[in-house]
Amino acid sequence: MKQIYVGLTGNEAVATAFKQARPHVAPAFPITPQTEMMHKFADFVADGVVDTEMILVESEHSAMSAAIGSAATGARTFTATSSAGFALMWEVVYIAASLRLPICMPVVNRALSGNINIHNDHSDAMGGRDAGWIQLWCENTQEAYDHALMCWRIAEHKDVRLPVMINYDGFIISHTAESLHILPDEDAWKFVGPKDLKAGYSLLDMDRPITVGPLDLTDYYFEHKVSQIEALKRAPKYIAEVYKEFGQLTGRHYSFFEEYRTDDADLVIVALGSTAGTAKDVIDAQREKGVKVGLLKIHMFRPFPAAELAKALSKAKVVGVMDKSASFGGWGGPLFNEIRSALYDLPARPKIHNWIYGLGGRDTDTKQIVSLIEQLQAIAKGREAETVNLLGVRL
Amino acid sequence: MAAATTEIRWHGRGGQGAKTAAIFLAEAVLDQGKHSQGFPEYGPERRGAPVRGFTRISDAPIRLHCSIAEPDYVIVLDPTLLDSQAAGVPDGASDDTVFLINTVETPANIRKRLGIKGGKVHTVDASLIAQECFGRPIPNMPMIGALAAVADVITLENLVASLVVRFKKKFSQAVIDGNVTAVERAYKELVSE
Repeated sequence: MKQIYVGLTGNEAVATAFKQARPHVAPAFPITPQTEMMHKFADFVADGVVDTEMILVESEHSAMSAAIGSAATGARTFTATSSAGFALMWEVVYIAASLRLPICMPVVNRALSGNINIHNDHSDAMGGRDAGWIQLWCENTQEAYDHALMCWRIAEHKDVRLPVMINYDGFIISHTAESLHILPDEDAWKFVGPKDLKAGYSLLDMDRPITVGPLDLTDYYFEHKVSQIEALKRAPKYIAEVYKEFGQLTGRHYSFFEEYRTDDADLVIVALGSTAGTAKDVIDAQREKGVKVGLLKIHMFRPFPAAELAKALSKAKVVGVMDKSASFGGWGGPLFNEIRSALYDLPARPKIHNWIYGLGGRDTDTKQIVSLIEQLQAIAKGREAETVNLLGVRL
Repeated sequence: MAAATTEIRWHGRGGQGAKTAAIFLAEAVLDQGKHSQGFPEYGPERRGAPVRGFTRISDAPIRLHCSIAEPDYVIVLDPTLLDSQAAGVPDGASDDTVFLINTVETPANIRKRLGIKGGKVHTVDASLIAQECFGRPIPNMPMIGALAAVADVITLENLVASLVVRFKKKFSQAVIDGNVTAVERAYKELVSE
């Protein structure tokens, strides 16, 4: 298949993928840095390129509520948000997952207020990690585009039926024009395929009328939560299948996490999102100097691939987990805690340290990552170090 | 790696097209099979405030996702930024950094104002060229023309072709012709040391 080489911002690339997936409904409410994505998609609708019904709502809470109503009828539905917008839709984010609705939603990651900050960190999505959504994370514009195509196949699979959140870094990815390969519309459509409007259930099926979201008390609520837990346990198998099929189609192969130069690595950095790219360049330079360092970049944070991660990190001497969000009053960031917990049952655990970095969009340059690697080296040589550290902050 | 990647930093004021130039150039080089990245630095959005833009160009995929601290090329769209410490025009420049300044002054004068000894300084009156060619003193396109004269990132021919294709969606033939002339003039009228 011949792909098209273009320059697009992350937002434009995701809008393009969604256009190619021909959604039926898209409730929209603007928030920086997501706005441009929905703006671009609205252009496609206005130009008649795609016949999605856009619903312009008055808040993010309404956007997600409208998405839930739409998806419950069986319609392919997406919305998008960032930061405070995601926080405002909180209540209904949980309901989307509880009702097992295959809604897709980019969370264009941005810091939470206050103070007001429009730039990137991962505080928004990390707050939603227990909401029952599948969470996929992207390093660059290419990965954001690819996941915006693949998410439909994952969300709508009859044995998954869960909402999918695609995370890409605000401004760093959303507003950066990058070169990437996109699929021709017909090939993208062939991959995504039409939604089975009758899959599971439909509000519009008069022969089998149902109620969605009724009162669910001590009698069955627990069982319904277990069905969500089980659905997330099943999801990795199908995510792997979709990744594999997409790889065969495009030559771009994804897995739950990417291992970069980790084969013989004593030191492994774990990261999410765009920082992983910067880290790869630093790792190449450090390798030239003989430093055995590698990177593990996580695509699938929910469901969390604990066993696979434990295996992948088992040979490292020191693991440095980078968290672009703080857990106030907690012990280290959310990614750190999950990685550390995943490694607990290993017979011989690597040392695991945490670095909180990049809050509110603080630029994470190569020097900061070099400094992190130097600290990992020192720890490997036996130097005592704090478990939770800060990177790139004025002290 | 950085060695094979050309890093360009744009300094302008809101409304002069620093962001547009950074992204336009990134897209224009794709036609030559290059990999690229173009991004602005977002702050309060107001006309006249100092803004920076960034372009990376490479033969290999670009993985860096940070600001450009040690640029190969520094392009200044507004000469009043030269004296602004906040704008930081010479920040991170090395002896190999090339400066392209939109100004009526000579490269020697600019060198004094920037307080730099190394590097190379080129000047061109891009605002005047823009005013004369398409009636608005917006210097970003002619400055890309000037860049084509000194940097091995895009040829004048490819730049003009790319400009025509991309401007067709938005602008009249008169505006396109004016911009093409402005790009060609800046390419020729660049003053070097």
